[in-house]
Amino acid sequence: MTTLSTTPVTEPAEAAREPLATRLHRWAITVDHKRLGIMYIASGLVFFVIGGLEAAAMRAQLARAGNDLISPQVFNQLFTMHGTTMVFLVGMPVLLGFGNYLIPLMIGARDMAFPRLNAFGFWLFLFGGLLLYFSYIGAQGLYGASVAPDVGWFAYAPLTDRTFSRGNSTDYWILGIMVSGFGSIATGANLVTTILCMRCKGMTLLRMPMMAWMMLVVGVLVLTALGPLTAAQVMLLFDRHLGAHFFDPQQGGSAVLWQHFFWFFGHPEVYILILPAFGFASEIIPTFSRKVLFGYPLMVAATVAIGFISLSVWAHHMFAVGMGPALNAFFSAMTFIIAVPTGIKIFNWIGTMWGGRIRFEPPMLFATGFVAMFVIGGLTGVMLAMVPFDWQVSDSYFVVGHFHYVLFGGTVFAIFGAIHYWYPKAIGRMLDRRVGVWSFWILFIGFNLTFFPMHISGLLGMPRRIYTYQPDRDLELWNLISSLGVPIQMLGVSLVIWNLVRSAFKGAPAGPDPWDAWTLEWSTSSPPPEHNFDASPAVGSARPLWDLKHPEDPDGRYE
Amino acid sequence: MPQAIPRSSAVRRSSSSSRASLAFAALSLLAAATSLAAPDAPAAAAEICDPSAVPIPSIFDPVSPPAAEIETLSWLLLGICGAIFVVVQGALVHAIWKYRASRAPQTSSGEPVQVYGSNPVELAWTVIPVVIVFVLTLTSVRLIREIELTSPPEGSLKVVVIGHQWWWEYRYPDQGIVTANELVVPVNQPVWLELHSADVIHSWWVPQLAGKTDCIPGHRNATWFEARKTGVYVGQCAEYCGNQHANMLLRVEVRDQAGFDAWVANQQSSPVDDPAVRAGREVFLALACQSCHDVAGVSDGAFGPNLTHLMSRATIGSGVAPLNLDTLRSWVNDPQVLKPGCNMPSLKLDDAQLDAVVAYLASLR
Repeated sequence: MTTLSTTPVTEPAEAAREPLATRLHRWAITVDHKRLGIMYIASGLVFFVIGGLEAAAMRAQLARAGNDLISPQVFNQLFTMHGTTMVFLVGMPVLLGFGNYLIPLMIGARDMAFPRLNAFGFWLFLFGGLLLYFSYIGAQGLYGASVAPDVGWFAYAPLTDRTFSRGNSTDYWILGIMVSGFGSIATGANLVTTILCMRCKGMTLLRMPMMAWMMLVVGVLVLTALGPLTAAQVMLLFDRHLGAHFFDPQQGGSAVLWQHFFWFFGHPEVYILILPAFGFASEIIPTFSRKVLFGYPLMVAATVAIGFISLSVWAHHMFAVGMGPALNAFFSAMTFIIAVPTGIKIFNWIGTMWGGRIRFEPPMLFATGFVAMFVIGGLTGVMLAMVPFDWQVSDSYFVVGHFHYVLFGGTVFAIFGAIHYWYPKAIGRMLDRRVGVWSFWILFIGFNLTFFPMHISGLLGMPRRIYTYQPDRDLELWNLISSLGVPIQMLGVSLVIWNLVRSAFKGAPAGPDPWDAWTLEWSTSSPPPEHNFDASPAVGSARPLWDLKHPEDPDGRYE
Repeated sequence: MPQAIPRSSAVRRSSSSSRASLAFAALSLLAAATSLAAPDAPAAAAEICDPSAVPIPSIFDPVSPPAAEIETLSWLLLGICGAIFVVVQGALVHAIWKYRASRAPQTSSGEPVQVYGSNPVELAWTVIPVVIVFVLTLTSVRLIREIELTSPPEGSLKVVVIGHQWWWEYRYPDQGIVTANELVVPVNQPVWLELHSADVIHSWWVPQLAGKTDCIPGHRNATWFEARKTGVYVGQCAEYCGNQHANMLLRVEVRDQAGFDAWVANQQSSPVDDPAVRAGREVFLALACQSCHDVAGVSDGAFGPNLTHLMSRATIGSGVAPLNLDTLRSWVNDPQVLKPGCNMPSLKLDDAQLDAVVAYLASLR
């Protein structure tokens, strides 16, 4: 499809002539949404490796009962840092990074609405993350207390009170997340503004790529949910340092209040982490099935519905708190309801594949794996909405298995699909197909080995966040299998990273449209020029490149 | 309601692994049939004779009404979700197999027929899930009302549970008993637990008796169970509560009425004042022991577990080890050996003091 682009593929050798310092300086001062997007994703992947190594250390400790490889204090820091890292320093930046990179290209814009704010948001995220990890050096203070946060990623009061959390590790947790949260809020505002105000000629809301719809809802959720978290964290800082008692029950505060505040952020957050994954799947599956997305309007409706309903399910994390039958019933019902729009999406993806000509390139493998694994995470989610069942398995390994099927089998698989899909666009070179296929299957097997047995450990009474477990409770086998999956996953992730690095130098040139796709980003060169499009594009349907490639049967006819 | 059947310790392991593999099979292969689901172990069983052998705290081995209702519900949920799993993954696998590029029929334009959607199909996969979640919601609400009682059931034994970092305090207000870490209750009588915490949030979870309920400081919570079978049931704290969360174990001993009455009578008695161990009592009072531990008529510390009838318990350190003279001595010498990170410091007693204190503690039956 060379006719679609006039800009040739940039030869890496040309750029390499500039001194390294100059090139780094360009990256540091950039306000280009594409460079910021790549920096978001790259730093997110670095944190992903760190968080993954933390998880691997925990699985090594849990490989057998009564193991003493890792002390309880270190273990508690590991799961706190692992959860915090994966949610705030991997999920958010990588997904918002993809939003940053793709949205202007997909809607035919020159850049994001606020490029400087965009850069500001990225650097806030990065320094927030570094601040959190600086706790390993700085948090000990004079107390000989914990060096890294060890209160769990949802930091329940009053464990975060100064009485129980000495030193400054909890303060690092608060401030690190708060700083990177400000960055996310900036990006959320930017995404919403960009999507609403900067679409190219002809791109009505219902002609946007599905990815843009997902990021619009994500932007709104970021704006709605992160504010309350930041406010609660400020209150917690007041409790810890200024003698306030918001969450201190000894002085008339409420420990339950923190849980409401946190989960009012925390559950929309889950949808912030999964909706972009839905977006990736909604772009990748049609391209490789060679079919238009099945039921676009219903998909949009389902996305918006999820956005609204996700704001009223937060207390399903709190069924064991003793909220009373009425509130338990309400949040149970709302949680069941949100399964309906989520299910619609899965059916629509399968409907898209149905009757297609499916090419199983690596992006499609990961996207299909995402659908299959997310179905399992979704179904255990439905089970958890059943309050009495939740009383048994809440805070057990069943829940750990559940949310890893959602966030790893779901979000991370979709992210790997997205990386394989858009890498040629961003870098201008193809990833190695064979390595891609291998890394998918290795990750798929390792993932299921690690996380499926966790459901069973939970049903057998194993609570989460324990550094050791009792022998003779039939937990050894399941935990051992879980731990054995870890090296397999590490191999899979290493293959992906090796492929990313190697292909940047050795990959075959991609050309503007390697997948024969239909959305606007494939109409410009790979990598796109700084101004994105030589001429501002105009579209007549949701699939402008389909219209170009099939002038006899344009999409607009079916709107 | 499936009634759990007592098993000897000899068949215990194999039967519960078979339950676990059943759970595995049900989840992975989605064997939905509820009838398959409650296969009980061979009924060849006497009461548990070995007190150290306790059943695995599986949610599929309930001995009390709330846990038993939830078990039935679990199989229903596994059945429904398993059926959905089979349908959805089946459709996905079918699409992958049938419509892969190498098999799909070639069309003149090179692209398959573009289908933009279908109102009846989309309506169907909206309405059917709505019906399913409607039924699930009603089930959820009905069981919440059945299980989550707001006042104690008729004739129940009241026990106040207080979670501490990292041990459990049990108070029987009507019997005037204060004890720690091991709850003793009679069989076939409802037990009403009032849940409190002295510090951070804990959660009381003995899967075979009931689902978990949190112990939250400043927040009144309660739960109940009614054990239908004597024996020992275990569980552990289910809300992360700091360093030794993993070793905040729960142990409930269900006795027949006579056994329970005997236990109550013993707990209500005053501690023995054995002249042979006076020296140990002096050390206990002279050092920091008494400022944390309560021994009725001797000391009134409230920070650590009540030791009045210490030796009536089977375990030490909230379940980290069986209680005997060796573990007791090790614990008093340095608690950080058995439970690293617990709040009791080593008092650095010399050998003579250690012998005396251990002898004294061993006399508290």
